[in-house]
Amino acid sequence: MDLLIPEFGTIFWSLLVFGITFFILARYAWKPMLKALKQRDTSIAEALQAAEKAKADVSKLHAENEKLLAEARVERDKILQEARELKDALLSESRELAKKEGHKMIEDAREAIKNERAAAIQDIKKQVSELSVAISEKILLHELSDPAKQKEIIEKSLVDVKFN
Amino acid sequence: MFIFMATFLGMHRKICKALLMLAFLLPWTNSGFASLNAEEEHSADSVSAAHGSESSEETEKLNPGNFIFDHIKDAHEWHIMSIGKKHISIPLPVILYSKSRGLTIFMSSKFEHGHATYKGFRLETTGKNKNKIFEEDGSQPFDISITKNIASLFFGVLLLLYIFLSMGRAYRKNPVSAPSGWQTWLEPIVIFVRDDIIKPSVGPKYERYTPYLLTLFFFIWINNMLGLIPIPPAGANLMGNIAMTMVLAVLTFIITTVSGTRDYWKHIFNTPGVPWWLKLPIPIMPVVEALGIFTKPIVLMIRLFANITAGHIIVMAFIMLIYIFAEMSTGLAYGISVVSVLFNVFMTFLELLVAFIQAFIFTFLSSIYFGLALAEHHEEHQQENA
Repeated sequence: MDLLIPEFGTIFWSLLVFGITFFILARYAWKPMLKALKQRDTSIAEALQAAEKAKADVSKLHAENEKLLAEARVERDKILQEARELKDALLSESRELAKKEGHKMIEDAREAIKNERAAAIQDIKKQVSELSVAISEKILLHELSDPAKQKEIIEKSLVDVKFN
Repeated sequence: MFIFMATFLGMHRKICKALLMLAFLLPWTNSGFASLNAEEEHSADSVSAAHGSESSEETEKLNPGNFIFDHIKDAHEWHIMSIGKKHISIPLPVILYSKSRGLTIFMSSKFEHGHATYKGFRLETTGKNKNKIFEEDGSQPFDISITKNIASLFFGVLLLLYIFLSMGRAYRKNPVSAPSGWQTWLEPIVIFVRDDIIKPSVGPKYERYTPYLLTLFFFIWINNMLGLIPIPPAGANLMGNIAMTMVLAVLTFIITTVSGTRDYWKHIFNTPGVPWWLKLPIPIMPVVEALGIFTKPIVLMIRLFANITAGHIIVMAFIMLIYIFAEMSTGLAYGISVVSVLFNVFMTFLELLVAFIQAFIFTFLSSIYFGLALAEHHEEHQQENA
């Protein structure tokens, strides 16, 4: 059996065996295998794509949330600002009002006091006049009980009176 | 044509390496030990006149060349060892068809290692026709015996079928689930072959060729590796058998030729981008290109054969070294055996690599040939411009 001359028997058997092996493997090994590999490849590719999409979605959602949050923050700040302003306005307004009210009350009180005083003075005046009349009456009654005295007074008064 | 062949050889340094290995090894075994049969390595062209003297020497003196080539070549029995003159070997079925006797089947042990004639057939034990079966009248029957290589082929293929059929079943059962068992080992390799060898080389129509190329790759690889295991049913030099590699190369050649597009044939017989004077009066380019159709598979055949054979020869030679030195002195043989064993361990690792590389190269080049056969015209123009 020569090294470089192909043997008929070897050719025959190797061709037969290789051929049969090829058909068996092609049908029962490579076909399901390559199909499965392809299937797996596509499923992995799809999964990756889906993951990528989900990631994009999540990041989009995140951005949206961020935006919403920022908006909410701005809104909150605005509301707080407004509230502060409102509070300040209310406070100053009420202060103003209280001041005004106080002034008015003081004014009123002053007016009332004034009136009361006037009334009291009037009253005192009246009483004083009445008292004076009564005292004068008593004095007069006492003085004029003596005719001599009467005469003296008249005289005195007449001295005082100057006729023009 | 000579230049073409030279460049072709230059392109495929692998063959050069293998041939160099052979060239380096054979004179070494030859010159040191004169009894090497001269006709063995010069193949068919020289018929040795020396084989008569060689046969008488065989029984007395160690013949490393014969020993190595007995291993490298095919045989009708699976020789395990010889103790003294007693040969221990596994008999293999002999299947013969001759015009006079019809189909004859018997075990090779009937020949008693060539000493006996059985049913009118005799086994040649020496010379050019060593291990060939002849009829008594000297004619040669059709020999489709299960020889050593064929038995090894059966074993390798059964292993291949077992591994990949169980794998195929797993894929059929649950295609999308994560790989387990054999799959974790072989799936990456299958994907590697598909994605890195077949897909880029064959091109867009790669799916039609994938089953053949995958079978080719794993067939070569598994049989190469089995060749490295020294115990039957492995250990035969199957992939270093020219008939085996020829069958594979011819299959690749047939597929390439059948799937050749119009552009492929046009590229061969009217190569674009080549000056007209290379085609018209004397068709140099068409002849060169047409020769290329045949040289491609021939190179495939020789490369695989030479690489694997060279590996087997080296391993055998280093084992023989121990026996050669044992003839001189026992102590020397012990010393050499350490070196031999260490070197053989190294060689086995190297051959493990070669087993893969050769399977890879055979598949890769087959893919490239298919790719060339399928290539569209505009693609080739791009390649030429580049």
